[in-house]
Amino acid sequence: MIEFSIWTILQYLAQGLGWTLCLSLLAFVLGGAVGGGILLARIATYPLLRVFARGYIEFFQGTPLLMQLFMVFFGLSLLGRDVSPWVAAGFSLTLYSAAFLAEIWRGCVEAVDRGQWEAAASLAMSRWEQLRHVILPQALRHAVTPTVGFSVQIVKGTAVTSIIGMTELTKTGSILANATLQPFTIFGMVGLGYFLLCYPLSRLAHYLERKLNVLAAH
Amino acid sequence: MSLLRIDSVHKHFGSHHVLKGVDLKVEAGEVVAIIGRSGSGKSTLLRSINGLETLSDGLIEVDGERLHAGQTDMRALRLKVGMVFQQFNLFPHLSVVENVMLALGVVKKMARSQARECAHAVLDKVGLSHKLDARPGQLSGGQQQRVAIARALAMSPKVLLCDEITSALDPELVSEVLAVVRQLAGEGMTLVMVTHEMRFAREVGDKVVFMHEGRIHEQGTPEQMFGAPRSRELAAFIGALGG
Ligand SMILES: Nc1ncnc2c1ncn2[C@@H]1O[C@H](COP(=O)(O)OP(=O)(O)OP(=O)(O)O)[C@@H](O)[C@H]1O
Ligand SMILES: [Mg+2]
Repeated sequence: MIEFSIWTILQYLAQGLGWTLCLSLLAFVLGGAVGGGILLARIATYPLLRVFARGYIEFFQGTPLLMQLFMVFFGLSLLGRDVSPWVAAGFSLTLYSAAFLAEIWRGCVEAVDRGQWEAAASLAMSRWEQLRHVILPQALRHAVTPTVGFSVQIVKGTAVTSIIGMTELTKTGSILANATLQPFTIFGMVGLGYFLLCYPLSRLAHYLERKLNVLAAH
Repeated sequence: MSLLRIDSVHKHFGSHHVLKGVDLKVEAGEVVAIIGRSGSGKSTLLRSINGLETLSDGLIEVDGERLHAGQTDMRALRLKVGMVFQQFNLFPHLSVVENVMLALGVVKKMARSQARECAHAVLDKVGLSHKLDARPGQLSGGQQQRVAIARALAMSPKVLLCDEITSALDPELVSEVLAVVRQLAGEGMTLVMVTHEMRFAREVGDKVVFMHEGRIHEQGTPEQMFGAPRSRELAAFIGALGG
């Protein structure tokens, strides 16, 4: 057993927390971009696009994230490419987030009254113009809260990448737990770390929800 | 040549045959009132004219712009046809003036200042130039519907379609909307309106069209239609209304 000072432990954990944060941001930003594309496909008039988007969403919502991660990690290696854990983790978290975000946003688009599409269409706007100027601004209002809410899921989801060797918060925790033989304390601190990331996000979601409700009342 | 020509138009919703061969001609400046029972296909016909419903068969032509069965690009047609809906369908995230300006900028690529001028003019026409910056939600139903009319007019359509535009209004707000329509009719706007306001149809309509079971069952001047209906169905329909 190696003696670690509490400061060393905290330093390692902070580093792990940093990686967790990076990974979450990456998944959120790239997942949001890909998810936007999936959303467009999901509500497209072209049936094949809709079928593809539906299949995509159902696959990623209907299978465990861990399995998706393995598929990417080992799947890409099978293709003769040695993938770094970073690439595999970033890739699979992106695909996973994209599916959930697309589905959340689809619900928000569908919450906008059909009459809004029709009014915009009757003014000779193209489908994209209808979406861009009339539907999305209204859907956005519904989307903020569940989107921020889902970001909490992403942060927690990053923990599975510890399996393929990402030294994010959970992995750092288990290394430290083995080294110090104090798993309870260490994982308590790990839990606190996740809480530090997630709690502000869920507060933010609540805050935005209230704020948007007030705005909507005007 | 007629401004609007509807030629053996059919519409199926799945196995439900809703329009069963509709023919209609509307001349420029004409005001046509479509009446008929619920479910007779009035809305479906109106929505077909600006491509909100695709045709199963037949042809529609508005000022030289054709719409065939299976056609999906409606833009050219919609530039000629304005529509006002029963539920107003104003854009709630935009102010009154922005509601009117939006398509002028997006579709007609008008500069903002020009679009604003144009919006002011049409809003003035419907008597709402004092509500430019209000949100639709802050207006009464009658005011909202007048904004919707202004929004459609701003695009300078050749034909304005109105689908029961007073049906969602409280009774005391109906007349302000009808007054705007009456004014438009007086100015020579071509109007095709589905209405349950028989007295109004009689007053401003040049032609009344009675739809029954997916067909135009009878048409004529208001005097003929209300004074001397030829078919039993029309007589029954008018009788049922107590008119
Ligand atoms: N999108 C749709 N899908 C399936 N059936 C439809 C659709 N729209 C209308 N219908 C059917 O078509 C028929 C005609 O409807 P339409 O709305 O044109 O009638 P209407 O004459 O406008 O009636 P109302 O006076 O009640 O407005 C009805 O039986 C209706 O149920
Ligand atoms: Mg109707």
